[in-house]
Amino acid sequence: MTALLKVQGLRKTFGGVHAVEDVSFELASGELLAMIGPNGAGKSTCFNMINGQLAPDSGSVALGGREIAGRPPREIWRLGVGRTFQVAATYASMTVVENVQMALLSLHGQLFRLWARAAALHRSEALELLAAVGLGQRADEPCSTLAYGDLKRVELAIALANRPALLLMDEPTAGMAPLERNALMQLTRDLVKERGIGVLFTEHSMDVVFAHADRIMVLARGRLIAEGAPAAIRDDRQVREVYFGSGRLVRTAHAAAPGSAAAGTRAAAGPP
Amino acid sequence: MLSGFAGQLLNGLAGASTLFLLAVGLSLIFGVTRIVNFAHGSMFMVGLYVAYSLAQWLAPLAGGAAAFWLSILLSAAAVGALGVLVELLVLRRIYRVPELFQLLATFAVVLVLRDAALAIWGPDDLLGPKAPGMKGAVQILGRQFPQYDLFLIFVGPAVLALLWLLLRRTRLGVLIRAATQDREMVGALGVNQAWLFTGIFALGSALAALGGALQLPREPANLGLDLGTIGDAFVVVVVGGMGSIPGAYLAALIIAEIKAVCYGIGAVQVFGASFSFSKLTLVVEFIVMAAVLIWRPWGLLGKPQGMVRGAAAAEAPIRPMRRAGVVATAALGAALLALPLAGQAFPYLTVLMIDLLIAVLFATSLHFIMGPGGMHSFGHAAYFGLGAYGAAALLKGLALPMELALAAAPLVALAGGLLFGWFAVRLSGVYLAMLTLAFAQIVWSIVYQWDEVTGGSNGMVGIWPSARFASKTAYYYLTLALVGASVFALRRMLFAPFGYAMRAGRDSPLRAESTGIGVIGVHWAGFAIASLFCGLAGALYAFGKGSISPETIHVGRSIDALVMVLLGGVQTLSGPIVGSAVFTWLQDWMIRATDYWRALLGFAILVLVLAFPQGIVGGLAAAWERWRPPAAAAEGRR
Amino acid sequence: MKTRLLATLFAACLFSAGAQAQAPIRIGELNSYKAQPGFLDPYKKGWELALEEINASGGLLGRKVEVVSRDDNGNPGDAVRVAEELVSREKADVIFGGFLSHIGLALTDFAKQRKVFFLAAEPLTDKITWQNGNRYTDRLRPTTYMQTAMLVPEAAKLKKKRWAIVYPNYEYGQSAAATFKQLLKAAQPDVEFVAEQAPALGRVDAGAVVQALADAKPDAIFNVLFAGDLAKFVREGTTRGLFKDRPVVSLLSGEPEYLDPLKDEAPEGWIVTGYPWYGIDTPEHKRFLAAYQKRWNEYPRLGSIVGYSSMMSLAAGIRKAGSTDTERLIAAFKGLKVDTPFGPMVYRPEDNQSTMGAYVGLTTVRDGKGVMKDYYYVDGASVLPNAEETRKLRPAD
Ligand SMILES: Nc1ncnc2c1ncn2[C@@H]1O[C@H](COP(=O)(O)OP(=O)(O)OP(=O)(O)O)[C@@H](O)[C@H]1O
Ligand SMILES: [Mg+2]
Repeated sequence: MTALLKVQGLRKTFGGVHAVEDVSFELASGELLAMIGPNGAGKSTCFNMINGQLAPDSGSVALGGREIAGRPPREIWRLGVGRTFQVAATYASMTVVENVQMALLSLHGQLFRLWARAAALHRSEALELLAAVGLGQRADEPCSTLAYGDLKRVELAIALANRPALLLMDEPTAGMAPLERNALMQLTRDLVKERGIGVLFTEHSMDVVFAHADRIMVLARGRLIAEGAPAAIRDDRQVREVYFGSGRLVRTAHAAAPGSAAAGTRAAAGPP
Repeated sequence: MLSGFAGQLLNGLAGASTLFLLAVGLSLIFGVTRIVNFAHGSMFMVGLYVAYSLAQWLAPLAGGAAAFWLSILLSAAAVGALGVLVELLVLRRIYRVPELFQLLATFAVVLVLRDAALAIWGPDDLLGPKAPGMKGAVQILGRQFPQYDLFLIFVGPAVLALLWLLLRRTRLGVLIRAATQDREMVGALGVNQAWLFTGIFALGSALAALGGALQLPREPANLGLDLGTIGDAFVVVVVGGMGSIPGAYLAALIIAEIKAVCYGIGAVQVFGASFSFSKLTLVVEFIVMAAVLIWRPWGLLGKPQGMVRGAAAAEAPIRPMRRAGVVATAALGAALLALPLAGQAFPYLTVLMIDLLIAVLFATSLHFIMGPGGMHSFGHAAYFGLGAYGAAALLKGLALPMELALAAAPLVALAGGLLFGWFAVRLSGVYLAMLTLAFAQIVWSIVYQWDEVTGGSNGMVGIWPSARFASKTAYYYLTLALVGASVFALRRMLFAPFGYAMRAGRDSPLRAESTGIGVIGVHWAGFAIASLFCGLAGALYAFGKGSISPETIHVGRSIDALVMVLLGGVQTLSGPIVGSAVFTWLQDWMIRATDYWRALLGFAILVLVLAFPQGIVGGLAAAWERWRPPAAAAEGRR
Repeated sequence: MKTRLLATLFAACLFSAGAQAQAPIRIGELNSYKAQPGFLDPYKKGWELALEEINASGGLLGRKVEVVSRDDNGNPGDAVRVAEELVSREKADVIFGGFLSHIGLALTDFAKQRKVFFLAAEPLTDKITWQNGNRYTDRLRPTTYMQTAMLVPEAAKLKKKRWAIVYPNYEYGQSAAATFKQLLKAAQPDVEFVAEQAPALGRVDAGAVVQALADAKPDAIFNVLFAGDLAKFVREGTTRGLFKDRPVVSLLSGEPEYLDPLKDEAPEGWIVTGYPWYGIDTPEHKRFLAAYQKRWNEYPRLGSIVGYSSMMSLAAGIRKAGSTDTERLIAAFKGLKVDTPFGPMVYRPEDNQSTMGAYVGLTTVRDGKGVMKDYYYVDGASVLPNAEETRKLRPAD
């Protein structure tokens, strides 16, 4: 059986910066694969190339054996790839449930209907999805009033709307309290196992990663430096040097300013 | 021939300096504050007027030369102070309101300054003195070249160099550059942002005034200079790259040279007909701008800028009308239906109401893309005009019956919307605004010059409704029916999946694209739908007036539409309706009430802007939210 | 039978006269006062003076005359609305006014649609009385064609072969240029037009235009630029020596509206149409000048003449018609004779155009002011095509 996702020799440079260099890996259905690495390691860039946000300079991305690299995000989404963003991307002028309905409308090819009442379409299905991520009670609140952690849940509900085969989650628990983090990841894990979805996620919280990932990849300055079961990664000497040596720094820097490039470079520029 | 060409390039250099001074302040202001400052042209105008007066007063006191140069510098300083005043009194209060709303305030300032100039300097053109010591000409390339133009050629680069030094070598410059790149960063630098904005406004205004004052020997001060120059200023800023000062000079140079060359080429035989290239000067800068925006939206020397997410609060989710709203709408509908009954007593009411209804559709169609679509079109009049001219051409050219022409005319606007929208929706924010403006100007200039089809600058006459709708009452009902149905349809579309998709694309293109929504396609369709309905408004206008002229496409009408939408509140669905009604009525009433209706209208807009920073409807809704009993509030939540 | 009809008519007249004896005659007036204040302020003073004179001498048909004046916001759409307001709300019996050509045309068409009598006062476009003419509209001021035609004989007399033309890029400029070319070619077949510059109205790049004209090395120049464009053109052209040894024929430039702002820089020796108010010594003009200066404490511009004569035309028309009824006014204006400060003139029956003329002369500077010299009056009738040709230019009523 072919892997759900097969990435080979992926590369991307921005100006002179090699954001991603020769990254290859595979992901099976029902598997939770974590991609970790210091700020600026190239994780989000990888995600962006897999879901079509960015075209890779070279390399291949195959979904279920079909090449998808370079296709636009909306096509890749239709092939069954859901995504959440590092900085939650939701529709601020809509209610929570409308955010999810939007994805369902798109899924059913109803975007260009000019007359039907959108708020009445797919509402029950959207409510179910919200219930699944624990937001059933807040369905009719404006999305703009939600706490950041809750926005991440909305994103998850949206990402699940097209019954994806592959879920890409960029820091799904950022902005959440520790207990909440584990609850959300547990929830994700249950859904994934139940529906046989493959998940690729990044996370700066090591507790979450080691508690929930089936497998871990470590990215540093655009290159994969290690890959394996959590226990193996924990013991990997190179990973320890490059990553855990400054692990604490990463975590504090991240908490202070999510995605701050300045802090990220410092962390990534540890000992060579 | 060759030396003639070189001579024209010299003329272009002098023109470039003028354009550069006109535009560079606008670029600075936009770069730092992100305000689309319509009042910039007014500063240029006031600068010229003030310099004229100063030169007259100072002439007896100081020597001729001293008086002349002093009046130019003092004028720049005075207008700089005026800029401070405008910033402190008006703009400072509204930085945290939805994007582009400040535009409304600056437009009000235009109106006020125009009438202030009229009151102070009177209506006549005022031609200033020649520059002492530079009255004559020098012999260059066998031609007489004015000394003053030679001087101007050097002024532009000199100011460019000074500004460059200011930006590179002073702390203020560092702040300006930082703010241009990233507004949030200024706060981090520990600067009082408010004073930075005030300062930049003063500097920008003073530069515009300097540009105006330096025109003293070349151009009479007149009241049309404000809106007459603002278009050029925008073009230069956009072509050069917003916030880029060398870019502004480069753009000014390119545009001035192209124009000079157009004059230089003169009349040419094309396919046996004679075409004077000088006619192209009417529009050539907008063609350049459109080309640059399509090819390199951030301008020649600008950098791509992140979208400025407005500092304003997010828009509230749209909800269907509550019962009170339905009742009010029904009552309004009934009143509108009964209105011609009052026509005996108030015969003019029907006439005014036709115009008002057309304005409602015009504004509502703009709001359709501007609000939910987030596409701030500065050229909406193009589709209004295409509808109006479409109706006229179908009626007169193809001799269609009026009913058919009215039905088909919106398709002309639709075609325009599809064509221009194709390019426009690929941009966003102020770039989109400027591209739509450029397209509208191009359409305007074609209509203005295509005598055979459009009647040229005179327009077309004899576009009257058929006998059935000839009476004002009948035409009123026709207009009411079509406008009512259109407004309902547009509203309905916003509650439909399509409207949601448009808002999705506006709120988060990233999310939309990654959930299968082709934002460009959706917005393109939205643009087309808006132009279709706008075209209907234009066609109704044509038949209501019996005649049309290029004014239906003029930039002034596009601004009117923006003002109406912003006045009512861009974030509300009924905003454009209220805004257009209030604006049309205010204008009609004030024109009759006073000689200084512009100033009065300007002050009215300023009061509304300061009292209702979210527009009239937005403000009223917010007030209601605060006032209503908690029980009702809780219900509204659900 | 006949007597009964007459009796009925007589009774009707009596009845209506009795009922309206007290009600004033209402005349609607609209113009772009706020868009073009410089030109329309004297115009307004002109018709106000006439109105006062008319009412002082007992009004018209025994009724007082009232004028309801409105601003048209400088655009045709609003102008039509305002006209509608004048007719429906203000119950104006007739309307007059207009300055910009496109607004004048819109009002012309409005008059036809609403069947109201409209006297176009200022707009110049030929189309108001020709291509787009209709029976409801008469026009006072000499048209673009007429004013151009007045200059052509002088241009032909110069015997210059190579001509350059400069005009603002809109209908007035275009049609003036076309008429000039056509008429001069007819008068002087060997003429050549070596350069044609059409800068945007109000936005002439004078330096570039002047150089382009000079580079074509014309023997003479025909200019149609006016107002701010003219000032820029004159200053730049003088500095660059464009007018040295080169005659210039220039439309309207002798009107005080355009000549005065140039002050001592007014060009020397241009052949222009205009209004030398300071030197016209016909009795009718002297009387007008005195009255105007007494009333307003300033000298008249051409607009004053137009405003005054418009009002006087309406008065003459209403007197002749014996009523303000539209049909009777239309009939009354056919061949209506009016005494104006420029002397007597006639509204031609064939195209409803008045035969008001203009003064043709040379510009010069006197006491630091631009003035006209060696001028003579050209009667409009002498430059208009004859009745038969005119009918071809105009749709049948
Ligand atoms: N659009 C872009 N243009 C230029 N450089 C970019 C762009 N996107 C990312 N980069 C650079 O590429 C590198 C990788 O960035 P990326 O966002 O993929 O890192 P990351 O691993 O997701 O970091 P973080 O943990 O902070 O989210 C960084 O050096 C970043 O500055
Ligand atoms: Mg990242």
